[in-house]
Amino acid sequence: MLTSIPVYAYVGLSAVLFALGLIGVLTRRNAITIFMSIELMLNAANLVFVAYARHNLNMSGQVFVFFVMVVAAAEVAIGLALIVTIFRSKRSIDVDALRQLNG
Amino acid sequence: MTQTEFLVLLPALTLAVAALVVLLADLFLPAERKQLTGWLTLIGFAAAGLSLTTWPAGMAALAFSGMLIADGFASFLTLLFVIAGSVVTVLSLGYLPRFGIERAEAYVLLLLSASGMVLMAQAQDLIMVFLALELLSIPLYVLAGLARPRLSSEESALKYFLLGSFASGILVYGIALVYGATGGHTDFQGIVGIQSGELRLAGLFDPVLMPFGVALVLGGLAFKIAAAPFHMWTPDVYEGAPSVITAFMSVAVKAAGFAALLRVFIQAFPLQSVQWAGAIAILAGLTLIIGNFAALVQNNVKRMLAYSSIAHAGYLLVAVPAAVTQTGANTTLSFDVLGTILFYLLSYGLTTLGAWAVVTTIERREADGESGGLTLDAYRGLWSRRPGLALGMALFMFSLAGLPPTAGFVAKYLVFSVAIQAGLLWLAVLGVITSLVSAGYYLRLVVMMFMRPGEPTVADTWGARLTVGVMAFATLGIGLFPYPVIQMAQRSVMAFLR
Repeated sequence: MLTSIPVYAYVGLSAVLFALGLIGVLTRRNAITIFMSIELMLNAANLVFVAYARHNLNMSGQVFVFFVMVVAAAEVAIGLALIVTIFRSKRSIDVDALRQLNG
Repeated sequence: MTQTEFLVLLPALTLAVAALVVLLADLFLPAERKQLTGWLTLIGFAAAGLSLTTWPAGMAALAFSGMLIADGFASFLTLLFVIAGSVVTVLSLGYLPRFGIERAEAYVLLLLSASGMVLMAQAQDLIMVFLALELLSIPLYVLAGLARPRLSSEESALKYFLLGSFASGILVYGIALVYGATGGHTDFQGIVGIQSGELRLAGLFDPVLMPFGVALVLGGLAFKIAAAPFHMWTPDVYEGAPSVITAFMSVAVKAAGFAALLRVFIQAFPLQSVQWAGAIAILAGLTLIIGNFAALVQNNVKRMLAYSSIAHAGYLLVAVPAAVTQTGANTTLSFDVLGTILFYLLSYGLTTLGAWAVVTTIERREADGESGGLTLDAYRGLWSRRPGLALGMALFMFSLAGLPPTAGFVAKYLVFSVAIQAGLLWLAVLGVITSLVSAGYYLRLVVMMFMRPGEPTVADTWGARLTVGVMAFATLGIGLFPYPVIQMAQRSVMAFLR
C-alpha cells in the first residue's frame, strides 16, 4: 500500500507557483510575461482547489476550477486585445515605455 | 428557477437583458441615430431600479442554493449603482460624440459592469464574489480604453487590466486557501459554521491556513477599493480613461468593492475580526495619509480627484473595523456602523458624480487627439463665465472636504463618531487632521474658479447641467436634512443576515 502524499505538499507546491507568479508580475516589464505570471497565480489557486477537493472528497472544488478557467479565458481575450492595441500605437509592449501617464 | 429565485435575480437580469437589447439595437441603427442606444440604456437602468420594488420589504430572501441574497443592503447599493449608471449614461450622451468616441459598446459594457456590481452586493458565497468581481471588472478594462487610439486611454486600459487581474489572482488564491482551511466551504454561513461548536472539534477546520486565506482576500479587495498601499494604479487609470468612465469607476466600483468587503469580512470572517480589524485600521490610516497628501501636489484635476477618491476610501475604511466587536466567543454586529458606511457611500457618490459632471464640461479635445482643459488653470474665472457651474463645483468641493452644511460633512461626522465609539480614537484624530489637509486642495480649485481671472472654454450639455443641478440639490439637501436618509440607510441594513 502506497502512503498517500499529504495535502500540505500540494499547498506547498501551489505556494511556490503563486510566489513565482507574484515575483514575475513585480519584476518583469514585458506585458505578456506579466500576464503569464498572473495566469500562474490563478493556476496555483486551481491546484489548491483540486487538492482539497480530493482531500475532503468534496467535488465543489473541481467545479470552482472550471469557473476560474472560464474567467481566465475571458481575461486572455481582453488582455491580448489590449496588448495588440497598444503595440499598434507604440510598437512596444514594455510597461516601462508606458510613460504618457506619469505614475 | 422558482419565483423567488427569479425575483432575487431580477435587477441583475434586467441589466444583462438591457445590455443585449442595446447590442442588438446598435446593429440596426444608422450611424446618425446612435443616440438612441443611450436612451435604451437609460430605460434599462430605470427598469433595474424599478425591479427592486418586487423585493420583499424588510426581510432577506436567499436563492440559488444560498449563492445570492435579496436584502436591504443589496437593494440600497443596487439603487446607488443604478443612479451612478444613469448619470454616467446621461453625461455620455453629450460627452462621447464630442470626443468622437460614440460607440454603443460603451453602453453595453456599462450595463454589464453594473449587473456584476449588483451581483456583488448580493453575493453570499466567495465564488459568487469572485465571479461578480470579474463581471464588473472585465467590461471596465475595455471601457478605460474606449477612447482608443488616444494613447493615454490605451495605456490606462492596459495598466488597469494588468493590475486588476493581478488583484483577482491574489483574491482567488485567498479563496482557495479558505476553501481548503474550512474543509470545503466557500458559502459564508458554512465558513462560520465549520469554526464553531462541535464541527470545529471534528478537525475539519485548519486554523493555520485560514489567516493566510483571509489576508489574501483582504489584499485582493483592497486593490479594488484603491486602498493604500494597493492604490498605485488609481491615478493613472483615472486620468487616462474617458472622464465619464472615470466617474463610474470612482463611484460605482468603489461602492461595489465596499459591498464585497463588508459581505465577506462581516458575514464570512466574523470570527477572525480581531486580526482583520487591526489590519484594516492600519490600511485606513495609510490610505488617509497617502491619498490626502498626494492630492495636495496634483495640478491635473482628474489626478486630484483620483487621489481624493483614494482618500475617501480611507474614510470609509475607518468605519469598517468598528462594524464587528468580539467579546470572548460572541461577535456582535453594529448596524449603526453598516448604516454609516452606506450613508457615506451614497453622499460621496452623489457629490462625486456632480464634480465629474463639471469636469466633463471643462475638458476639451486637443488637435492631437489628447484631452485638454484638465489642469487647475483651466478653471480660472469660471465664476464670471458660468456662475451656475462654478457654484455647483464649489458645493461639491466643500462636500468632499467635509465642510458643513453639505452631505460630506454629515457623512464624515458619522464615520468619526462610530470610530470613536469603537475605541479607534487615533484613527478618528488622523481622519480629522487629514480632512483639514484635504481642504487645501479642494479649496485651491474653488479659489481658481472664483478669484482668478480667466476665460475658460465651457462646453456644457443639458446632461451635465441637469446632473450638476440635481447633485448640488442632493448634496445640500442631505446636508441640511440628513435624518431621513440616515434612517433609510440604517433600516436597509436591519435584515443583514449573519
